[in-house]
Amino acid sequence: MGNVPTTVKHCLSYEQLVQDYPWLRRWLQEEKTITTQEYPEFVKIVEVGPRDGLQNEKEIVPTGIKIQLIDLLSKTGLPVIEATSFVSSKWVPQMADHTDVLRGIQRTPHVQYPVLTPNMQGFQDAVAAGATEVAVFGSASETFSKKNINCSIDESMLRFEEVVNAAKERHIPVRGYVSCALGCPHEGHIEPSKVAEVAKRLYHMGCYEISLGDTIGVGTPGSMFKMLQSVMKEVPTNALAVHCHDTYGQALPNILTALQMGVCVVDSAVAGLGGCPYAQGSSGNVSTEDVLYMLSGMGIETGVNLAKVMEAGDFICSALSRQTNSKVAQARGRTL
Amino acid sequence: MAAIVRLVNRSAISSAMGQQFLTFSSAAKAGVKAGQVLPEKVKIVEVGPRDGLQNEKTIVPTETKIHLIDLLSESGLPVIEATSFVSPKWVPQMADQVEVMKGIGRKPGVSYPVLTPNLKGFQAAVKAGAAEVAIFGAASELFSKKNINCTVEESLQRFDEVMKAAKEAGVPVRGYVSCVLGCPYEGKVAPEKVAHVAKRLYSMGCYEISLGDTIGVGTPGSMSQMLTAVTKEVPVSALAVHCHDTYGQALANILVALQLGISVVDSSVAGLGGCPYAQGASGNVATEDVVYMLHGLGIQTGVDLSKLMSAGAFICRSLNRKTSSKVAQATCKL
Repeated sequence: MGNVPTTVKHCLSYEQLVQDYPWLRRWLQEEKTITTQEYPEFVKIVEVGPRDGLQNEKEIVPTGIKIQLIDLLSKTGLPVIEATSFVSSKWVPQMADHTDVLRGIQRTPHVQYPVLTPNMQGFQDAVAAGATEVAVFGSASETFSKKNINCSIDESMLRFEEVVNAAKERHIPVRGYVSCALGCPHEGHIEPSKVAEVAKRLYHMGCYEISLGDTIGVGTPGSMFKMLQSVMKEVPTNALAVHCHDTYGQALPNILTALQMGVCVVDSAVAGLGGCPYAQGSSGNVSTEDVLYMLSGMGIETGVNLAKVMEAGDFICSALSRQTNSKVAQARGRTL
Repeated sequence: MAAIVRLVNRSAISSAMGQQFLTFSSAAKAGVKAGQVLPEKVKIVEVGPRDGLQNEKTIVPTETKIHLIDLLSESGLPVIEATSFVSPKWVPQMADQVEVMKGIGRKPGVSYPVLTPNLKGFQAAVKAGAAEVAIFGAASELFSKKNINCTVEESLQRFDEVMKAAKEAGVPVRGYVSCVLGCPYEGKVAPEKVAHVAKRLYSMGCYEISLGDTIGVGTPGSMSQMLTAVTKEVPVSALAVHCHDTYGQALANILVALQLGISVVDSSVAGLGGCPYAQGASGNVATEDVVYMLHGLGIQTGVDLSKLMSAGAFICRSLNRKTSSKVAQATCKL
């Protein structure tokens, strides 16, 4: 270990790992007595507030605010924070400052900062800006794909394959998203088998994790169960995540259902940032605070400090002059 | 560094989950839980006109209350808690209890229970035409003292008179237990205490016991624990859950309750009623959101969601406030 830099030594040290992740000791030492477990012991939270959340906010948020938000979130214990999107600023003006954001944030060790890269151009820009993880976005609905990214699902898969192959060469992990997993604003009902097909393609292409998104929040535990049953035939459960929108208030029971089926990665957004572009005035992303509250109450570890997330939520709501969508934050007196 | 953690994370999880996956797939355990046989039907007990309005700041005119109840009657709800025969000194919102009771159009097949905190209230209720009443006890001593100025046991003894009178009059009685998942004063509440109070109410003659998460602090974890304790003492078919959405946990808690065999759920149209213990926070879970979830699960409720939403829209207009129901907020574009 003589030539290994101290920082790496620090991170490779078992003691440090166990200190940072107290649940780890149990994982490594315990007998296989998980047979009676109904829920995962640990859930990884993927914080999408700075990207998915802010992308759906009407006001353009100053770069400095975005950076500060991400820096605050980095201190909460969140293991993954989706930082920005390398999409054309013509389409998503909110993310026009992607390079400045990625370069401006203070990267905390053990935290990932994935960025969206819809195509090769975006991928190259992302790498140039220092991205170490990227994400691609497929849809389970043809109509949504056409209207959202102006091409069919098949065409989009070809685009993503380019990105994934380029990412592989650089050892950059790629996360795959499937939108409209529980319903489409244009097509309505989406067949679970279609979701499974798209998820399978993304997984086999090389995405390490597939996040299944209830884009318009219409799903219920019934449709979540059916969809996951289908997808789990094609993609290992431990490579799945759920990205639930709370537009119809169903996000937490949907997440609960996913956990009961063995999914252990959940996407959420601090303060429930991001409305729903398909239902005027409605909420979008489920609040990270509310998810944390539920998981903590169930004895599920996340490594995340709820109070610190609430501080980050306070900050961004103040900056945006808007009320939080998180019920936990509202209950604890965080109303503007 | 992050890669190492991720590797450890994944391998730890995948090895453990791998085991879990095998066990689950062979025993279909996770599948059984998530796809558990749920009740075919769920009875919704609509508490908006009572529990909901009781917690609204503005005094609602009697005609508005009556019209709300009439709209709710049209929506297919089987039970609508109409009012409370509590002293107007304590709850001014319910001062028009007699007029409301006499003014509503009673739909055949629909129950209109009213709260009766004591014998006097019971007698007034029956005189006003009540055909079902409700009493309540707390699972927390401190809450009982602060709320109704006596111990839990004392409160249950007070209800003895009401129970006796109700039996004689052939009036069914529903029992409520508050603070089942936490108390604003005591904090944690022991599941065994909840079970004890529920059992007392049930043995006294209450046909159904509604378990209330009064401050909405419960999660699927505590709900599960509490119900496991209570179902040892009271048959699950006689139990209901009354969840508050103050921390956004209501629907998740209701789902777990259904998975444990509960088939009666209390809720409030438009999520009426804030939380008196958390300023600006929400209280009751919105009936629209509950019905949306239940229908999505293929569970019958007998409720027409669009008529229910009309009732919600009406009361929100009258109160000049926004609905707390997410379904109501969302249902414009789709």
